[in-house]
Amino acid sequence: MLYRESGDFKVSYPADQQTFPIRFDRLAFWITLAVAFFVVPFFINDYWANAVLIPFLIYGVAAIGLNILTGYCGQVSLGSGGFMAVGAYTCYKMMTAFPDLNLAFCILAGGVTTAIVGIMFGLPSLRIKGFYLAVVTLAAQFFLVWMFNKVPWFYNYSASGMITSPERTMFGHAISGANATPAATYLFCLTFLVLLGFLGRNLTRGSVGRKWMAIRDMDIAAEIIGVNPLMAKITAFGVSSFYVGVAGAMIFSVYLGAVEVTEAFGIQKSFLLLFMIIIGGLGSIFGSLVGAAFMVMMPVLLKNIMVNSFGWATDIAAHFEFIIIGGLIVFFLIVEPHGLAQLWRIIKEKMRLWPFPH
Amino acid sequence: MVEFLYGIEVVINGLMAGVMYSLVALGFVLIFKASGIFNYAQGVMALFAAMTLVGVQEGQVPFAHLINSVFGTQYHHFGWHINALVAIAIAALMMLLFAYLVERYILKHLVNQEPIILFMATIGLAYFMEGFGDLMWGSNIKTLDVGIPQGGNFWIEEKTAFLGGEDFYGFYLDTLDIYATVIAFILVSTLVLFSQYTKTGRALRAVADDHQAALSVGISLRRIWVIVWSIAGIVALVAGIMWGSKSGVQFSLSLIALKALPVLMLGGFTSIPGAIIGGLLIGIGEKLFEFMIGAPFLGGATENWFAYMLALVFLVFRPQGLFGEKIIERV
Repeated sequence: MLYRESGDFKVSYPADQQTFPIRFDRLAFWITLAVAFFVVPFFINDYWANAVLIPFLIYGVAAIGLNILTGYCGQVSLGSGGFMAVGAYTCYKMMTAFPDLNLAFCILAGGVTTAIVGIMFGLPSLRIKGFYLAVVTLAAQFFLVWMFNKVPWFYNYSASGMITSPERTMFGHAISGANATPAATYLFCLTFLVLLGFLGRNLTRGSVGRKWMAIRDMDIAAEIIGVNPLMAKITAFGVSSFYVGVAGAMIFSVYLGAVEVTEAFGIQKSFLLLFMIIIGGLGSIFGSLVGAAFMVMMPVLLKNIMVNSFGWATDIAAHFEFIIIGGLIVFFLIVEPHGLAQLWRIIKEKMRLWPFPH
Repeated sequence: MVEFLYGIEVVINGLMAGVMYSLVALGFVLIFKASGIFNYAQGVMALFAAMTLVGVQEGQVPFAHLINSVFGTQYHHFGWHINALVAIAIAALMMLLFAYLVERYILKHLVNQEPIILFMATIGLAYFMEGFGDLMWGSNIKTLDVGIPQGGNFWIEEKTAFLGGEDFYGFYLDTLDIYATVIAFILVSTLVLFSQYTKTGRALRAVADDHQAALSVGISLRRIWVIVWSIAGIVALVAGIMWGSKSGVQFSLSLIALKALPVLMLGGFTSIPGAIIGGLLIGIGEKLFEFMIGAPFLGGATENWFAYMLALVFLVFRPQGLFGEKIIERV
């Protein structure tokens, strides 16, 4: 009933190309944003912030990043964990070297450094394709983690080998360190996600994004019609790594506070991000967010059900979590290889016709 | 002189480690050739096979932990010990059943999907198996003993001690590694004979060549897939026994799949000899690098990434690997 495009006239090409062509969607989007910015911070508590909301926001950024590379440009990467570590350690070095610098700049610096590292590891993608590339990105994963473990300069020669985030404030509120309030960190992460999501959406529908997609669909054909594969792949690696690096820096500084590199940024993280974008939907910004939400919330939910309701031991719950995640991935790939985003598209199509289908 | 001899020892040990990598890589190649699926779950299959073997051998009650916490009982062991050979046979049967189930419930539904989707599905399968194996047999580290002798081989050490004079005590080789090499050799020979001289083997090669052509001459793809996954399961069992005896049956066993990937890169995805030679190259390469450069100058543990870096550098110059089929791209 409400979900109609009739009466919503477009009189220019830009209006026709807008992200939310249906008025109801636009409304829903702005209302969600308003609720997220002006309502949630007043009701947020420690548990919700740390277990669900902040990880969701941060992994949302990372998932958008990986989706740009894998979903839009078709280059599978298993090195995201390592790239996150680059962001985190750059952020740490900036925070400790320049104590007066605003945290947001440290995080952005983490993103920029990661982009440079990502471009370096992306260069071989010109010659190496498909699975071969996926394995080569493992080189990035293992080499970077090894490097952050072995070179003491990166963790400021601390005895434990861990990096700990000092307290930093923004507009008078602590957002990292022990005194940070959930509302402040939440708003900080939310701002990053909204800005980067906006940027990502507009990059992917602009000429840059269309070049990425051309490369993804068939790189040789794209080259023939004039897409420069070098530039397209390099920009995809750069932009994607920037996002992933920013997410890594945020995981370290805002979310976890103290990080040990093999544990926090190991190969499991790379797979986690990959699962997010597969379950959410490859080549969709909305899908990245849905996938991130799904992968963050499911373990929490399962743990609540199995440990708190059934009273099972936590290790059994952990085993079941593996079984269910694995099973769900296979299930999604069989039923809907394009992920939750595609399911949502189908639902929207149905809603347009409801209640009078043809 | 002694330095040089130590260098040789490192090379030999690298060769042995390479054999272990090849064992895992072999399973990958078999499945990739027959179905075009890049089976990430190969490492977890090795882990699962080894766990099943230990569980059967020790007479563990499957799902004991779960049963106990649901019904409040206290079952742990059946209280018997089974002969290693019988246990191996039971574990092998489990892998055959597993192959059938994978084909029936996963592969059948994913025919004609893009390779990347299939790859993701095997990652999902790997997660599933990992959780399932832990739930079934418990996640503690287990020792696997099927009667293969272990430890340094004194015979070789004594016989080679004369080479270096005073400071040299002879080559140190693990007996287990020597057994692994012999078993790997037997396994590969059997596989080659099987695929060359049996009817099923011919069918396997036909499917590997061209799916549609094989279908058109009446070869059942589904049957072939079950067979291939069974063989890969058996190979995984052998790899699991070897790695399990060497370093205990534990989670890190499933990560050898990741180590097998650069082996495949070097050798090419479609070549069995490639998998062997790739494994040996990586084994020697990483041991030598650690010995000459890694440990003295870089602080050690370079084995974590050396194989991938080698694959990266190598692939830039030869994108299809040593023995892979030439990649021809058309619009």
